[in-house]
Parts: sequence; structure tokens; C-alpha cells
Amino acid sequence: MLEKLLLNHYEAAAVILSGIGLTNLLLQRNLIKKIIGLNIMDTAVYLFLAAKGYVEGRAAPILLENGSGGWLTSSALYVNPVPAGLVLTGIVVSVSVTAFALALTLKLYEAYGTLNIDEALLKMTQEQEELEAKIEDAEEEVLA
Amino acid sequence: MNEELKVIWKNFFNWVMGNGPRPENEVEPPEPPPDLPFTQKPKDKFSRFHEPTLRERYEQWLEIHGLHIFSTLYSALSILTCVVIVVLLLTTVAALPPFGHERNPANNEVIRRYVEHGGHETGAQNIVAGLILDYRAFDTFGESAVLFTAAVSVLMLLSSSRSSKPQKKFQRLHIYRNDDTILRAVASLSIPVILMMGCVVVINGHLSPGGGFSGGAILSTALILCANAYGFERVREFFNERTFIVSSSTALMIYALSKGYSFFTGANHIHSIIPKGTIGDILSGGLILPLNICVGLIVAGTLYGFYALFSEGEM
Repeated sequence: MLEKLLLNHYEAAAVILSGIGLTNLLLQRNLIKKIIGLNIMDTAVYLFLAAKGYVEGRAAPILLENGSGGWLTSSALYVNPVPAGLVLTGIVVSVSVTAFALALTLKLYEAYGTLNIDEALLKMTQEQEELEAKIEDAEEEVLA
Repeated sequence: MNEELKVIWKNFFNWVMGNGPRPENEVEPPEPPPDLPFTQKPKDKFSRFHEPTLRERYEQWLEIHGLHIFSTLYSALSILTCVVIVVLLLTTVAALPPFGHERNPANNEVIRRYVEHGGHETGAQNIVAGLILDYRAFDTFGESAVLFTAAVSVLMLLSSSRSSKPQKKFQRLHIYRNDDTILRAVASLSIPVILMMGCVVVINGHLSPGGGFSGGAILSTALILCANAYGFERVREFFNERTFIVSSSTALMIYALSKGYSFFTGANHIHSIIPKGTIGDILSGGLILPLNICVGLIVAGTLYGFYALFSEGEM
């Protein structure tokens, strides 16, 4: 199995990177670090896709001239172009998700003054309880 | 006789329904015990010393040590989950076909078709550009729309809260107003070069590596450098929120309409008026060049918008 892993070392590295990202996502309490973990997982996916598209000894998928004004269109000359397009999609979606998550984190920081998710949740529950107590007081006043 | 029967029937009915008069020897129902959580027993009034039950001692112990135990357990379980997932995936990777081999199942007839016919079918020298902006153009349209939607939602989230605090805004403006001579000199030298590089990457997207996404990212770095060296006010003179919305929406609209026309004619075998050009020329590849320019505009605006929104709170 180790020989096979060494043969597929790019894919193995991608899998380990994705594991690191997932651990980061689960263990970090800081929201920014959680988003960094998500980005590490994204990068692992790009590495995996790029590794799957590679073919030993072939050129990048940009047509080469054959010397007499024509183009070499033999598929035995170029690497797989599909993973490149898929990685492009992945990068765009990852940038969008990261920006949106960071904007939400910024709003959370403005509201609660902390990036730690536990502290923010604690403050959120306290706020909720205070609000409920206020509502109860108001109801009692109305009844009285 | 009839009246008596009626009375008996009424009494019987009341007895069945349970709302008759109460018999005098009936015992009052006992009062329900006070509502306590099931973990606490009502305390005996007369005993001085209350022996804590096992349950109570467990609750107390949990209150002191519970959080620590929970966080340890959580960390251990999450590490365990990740290790299990990584080991499972590594065994899968070990079973994958060898890296870089030309007979891998991924290099199938789809790839052969794209490489052998992509050149004369799309007119693009760069097969990846032909792939993402001709065969799979709607996929790329979706990507641009996702990017634009993300930019608009970040704009919505960040611009409403910040502008309501004028004092804070003043401070932020004060921080960014720096008259750094070195930065300005370097920026005035490098911004034209960066802009030219970005334009080259966008316009040559169908001939060389690059395209709308990477070229747009390069263009946005020029805008960000300009904003850092000369202040956001300077950039806002020619690129503000309104310019961004108008240019991005127009680019998306042109993309959707032109590619919709191209797909309509292609699917119905109608002759398309869009010329393919000869492979390798700058004006070749049919719609790929205008689509690359549209995507480049959207990406440049969006990435600069993210930077401006996160640092200034407005574009």
C-alpha cells in the first residue's frame, strides 16, 4: 500500500491536506481560523484535480504549431484539459464563499466584540434571556 | 309516571357524565406535590443533615468538571473522525490508477474529442479556454453570476452598518490618508505595467494560458495598489459602487445574450453569423474573446470590491 501511495503521492498529499483542513474546521474556536481551514480543504481539492489531469511527458493543452502553418491536434500530445476547467470553477466558488463568510464574521464581531464562537454563543444566549425577562416585565405591567 | 322516568333518566345521565351532586362522604383529592425537577427530591423539613443522593452528587460533579470533559471528548472525537476519514481516503488513493499514466480512465474519449476537434470547432488555440467558454459556456456564466452575487451580498452586509457611524468612518479615512512618497513612486511606475499585463492576459485568453478570471484578478490588483497609494477617494472618482453594478450587470447581460444566441443556433443547426476566424489570430475563437473581456470586467470589479468593502466599508 505504501508503494502505491508513493506512486500517487500528489493525491495522498491532497487527502492529508483535506484532513488537516477538516481538523482545523472542527477544532478551532476562532471563526477566521475556521474559514482558513475551509480554504485549506478547497486547496486540497484543486491539488487532487490537477494531479488527476496530469499525463507523464505531455504538453499543456494549448495547440502547438507543426512547422508548416498547421496545428498538432493529436490527443497523445496534451494533458487532460477538463480538470483545469473544474479547478477554475472551484476557485471562483471558494473565493465567493470565503468573502461571504468573512463578511458575516465581521458583522458578528461588530455585534458581540469577539471572534470566538463559544463566547459569541454565550453572549447571544444571555441577550436572549435578557430580552425574555424584559418581555415578561412588560407583560406584567400591562396586566397590572 | 312520565315525569318520574324523566327524573330517573336525568339522574342516570348525570351519573354517567360525572356531573351529579357530590356525595357527602367523598374524600378531597390530595394536593399535587410541588413541581420539582425529577433530579431533586423534596427536602425533609425535620432532618438537619441532608445526605446527598448519588444522583445529586453526580450532578454536582458534572457541574464542576462537565465542560472540561466535554471539550476533551469533543477534541478527541473530532481528531478521531478526521483520522478515520483520512485513512479511508488514503486506502482509496492507494487503489487509484498510477499517477500520470496515459491509460488512466480519466483520459477517455471525451478528452480525445476535445483535443482533436476543439481547435477547429471553437477556433481557440487554448483548449481550456475553448472548453470553458464554448462547450461549457453556461457553466462559466454560472460562475460569473456566483461571483457577482457574492459581491452584492457582501456589499449589502457591510455597507449598511458602517455608514451609520460617522466618527468611526472619519478615523478610518484618517488612517488611510498616507503620503508615502516611496509607495506612490513605485505605484506610478508599476500600475501601468500591471494594467497592461492584465489586459494582455484577458485579450490573449484564447491563445495562451490565462483568460478572464486570471486577467481580471491582475487588473484588480492594479486597482487595489492605486487605492493604497493614492487613497480610496482617487479610485472612487472613476470606479465607485454605481460603476461596479452597471459594468458587472452589463457584462453578465452581454454574456447571457451572446452565448444564448450561440447555443440557440448551434442546437437548431442554424447558420451562426459569428465568424470563427483562423486559429492563432487575435481575432479568432468566435465569442471567446468578448466573453473573456466580460468575465475579466466582472472579476476585476468584484475582487477590488471585496478589498474596498472589507477595509473601508464602502466602494
